[in-house]
Amino acid sequence: MLRFVLRRLLLVIPSLAGLLVMTFFLIRVVPADPAAALAGENATPAQVAEIRRQYGLDQPLYVQFAVYLGQVARLDFGESAYSRRPVSLDIKLRLPATLELTVTALLLATLLGIPLGTIAAVHHNRWPDTLLRILSVGGIAVAAFWFAIELQLLFAMQLDWLPLRGRMSPGLTAPPTLSGFLLIDSLLAGRLDAFRDALRHLVLPAFTLSLGGLATIMRFTRAGVLETLQKDFVTYERAQGFPPHALIWKFVLRNSVVAAITQIGLLFGSTIAGAVVVETIFDWPGIGFYTVQAILTADYKVMLAVTLLIGVIYALVNILVDVVHGLIDPRLRERG
Amino acid sequence: MLVLAKFAKDKPAVLGATIVLLIAIVAILAPLLAPYPADVSASHLLRRLKPPTWAHPFGTDNLGRDIFSRVILGARGALTIALMVVGISMLIGVPLGLVAGYYQGWASEVIMRVTDVFLAVPQLILALAIAQLMGPSLQSAMLALTLTYWPFFTRIVYAEARRLEASLFIDALQCIGARGPRILFLHILPNCISPIIVRATIGMGFTILVAAVLGFLGMGATPPDPDWGLAISESRAYLPDAWWFSTFPGLAIFLTVLGFNLLGDGLRDIVDPRLRRSR
Repeated sequence: MLRFVLRRLLLVIPSLAGLLVMTFFLIRVVPADPAAALAGENATPAQVAEIRRQYGLDQPLYVQFAVYLGQVARLDFGESAYSRRPVSLDIKLRLPATLELTVTALLLATLLGIPLGTIAAVHHNRWPDTLLRILSVGGIAVAAFWFAIELQLLFAMQLDWLPLRGRMSPGLTAPPTLSGFLLIDSLLAGRLDAFRDALRHLVLPAFTLSLGGLATIMRFTRAGVLETLQKDFVTYERAQGFPPHALIWKFVLRNSVVAAITQIGLLFGSTIAGAVVVETIFDWPGIGFYTVQAILTADYKVMLAVTLLIGVIYALVNILVDVVHGLIDPRLRERG
Repeated sequence: MLVLAKFAKDKPAVLGATIVLLIAIVAILAPLLAPYPADVSASHLLRRLKPPTWAHPFGTDNLGRDIFSRVILGARGALTIALMVVGISMLIGVPLGLVAGYYQGWASEVIMRVTDVFLAVPQLILALAIAQLMGPSLQSAMLALTLTYWPFFTRIVYAEARRLEASLFIDALQCIGARGPRILFLHILPNCISPIIVRATIGMGFTILVAAVLGFLGMGATPPDPDWGLAISESRAYLPDAWWFSTFPGLAIFLTVLGFNLLGDGLRDIVDPRLRRSR
């Protein structure tokens, strides 16, 4: 098992190296004159030359690449032009907000997706199945930014049930930061008012973000349950007169959700990417909002750091999923 | 014919095909169907932000333009972008996948590792970064989407070509002296055409969605294009009063993508019995 994990880790190295080369090319080679881009539109030629020297852009490319590798290794991404703070500090401050949103969205997707997928499978090829299939394809087809705006329009602006944007109401003081998750921190501080407020702020963005994952989990659960329903032990239990409801929710489901659960791991990466759009609409102070600001203001250092961060998260999640697969199915370990 | 009969039984897939066909017709005949085709660039400030009426079924926008006409005219742009992006991605990705799958060796390794790197970064973030670096415009958005979509084709074709390369009929072809390009393009390619078609169909929907995000964030179409994503972005300043301004362009995106996804889903079930839903 250890050898299997190590081999997985080794296989990811070429991908990460490639990611480093690609980001380097994006930042240093694609723009005609990166120094001019860094200096901004109104810079004089002298300022551009100064920046070129200061950032080592007058050095040969391989020297620049070596310097770049050193910076990445030290997690030193420089200062954001937008917030005027070190990029790594900004990311550290904003990552918990994104993680709270992403984890809640995935939780929601799982809690809704598994029962809905089971219902679809039980009513295979009848109207609930068809309806849920159209809904699940619809969940992927809907543009998250538009759906978010429509939810705001209905629940925040018209009905005034839920807050429009942000993570917490302006008047409220945040609980002391321990985990960075507002829901957990407010509970730990015994602040029920803050908990309620944070939860209310979380509902719309988390639901929007959960749609893609919900559809996927529903699909995999449905396929898994359908397969299990054809197994001999189900026929046997049925013949024994076991109540159908208990049979499905107790035995069939437990034997069917492995594939769906491994999907949750893979969905983590795409959900974080989806957060880029959702956070922008809801002014959620996380990495996604930060990324969009960086891209719109051509803040190259932030773009670079975030692309690397998400690439690394993707890679790590993929290894994790492989390892979990290996734990469940020993045959995969043999094949490596 | 058996395939058609099977397809006709799959109601969601038929629904998808109908939607796609309808939208294609709307896109082709857009200037004839739109009641106010001049509203691409015209402005009528006297009737700005009017709610839906018989004269303007989807209402009017902040410049008094008929939203119904602009949604119809926007179909053309959306489908053009998607066709170009998916078409060019296919032209790049499919040959690379064929070569990497059939010839093993360093070239194959290089192609697949580069593919992996592209697939390791979320498409949206990569596309946004590339579009920004090249200067925001519709052209750079299309180029960015193409640069991020070809690896999906390479991945699929690679897997199919690897599988076929080991099959007996390829051995036989090699024995009678058929050369590489002939085997690749006349024998392996036709055998992986179905997954390519499925991927392209789903890719159309996906591209329309990502292109709409780019337009929404100001990295794609520019005013006064009747772009759906751009319209939603413009509408945000007029909420909650002008609900129709954001709602109808969004529904157009939704319906189009839904159509392609339902169709792609149905096609996948037909061409790949291993993934058939009834199992």
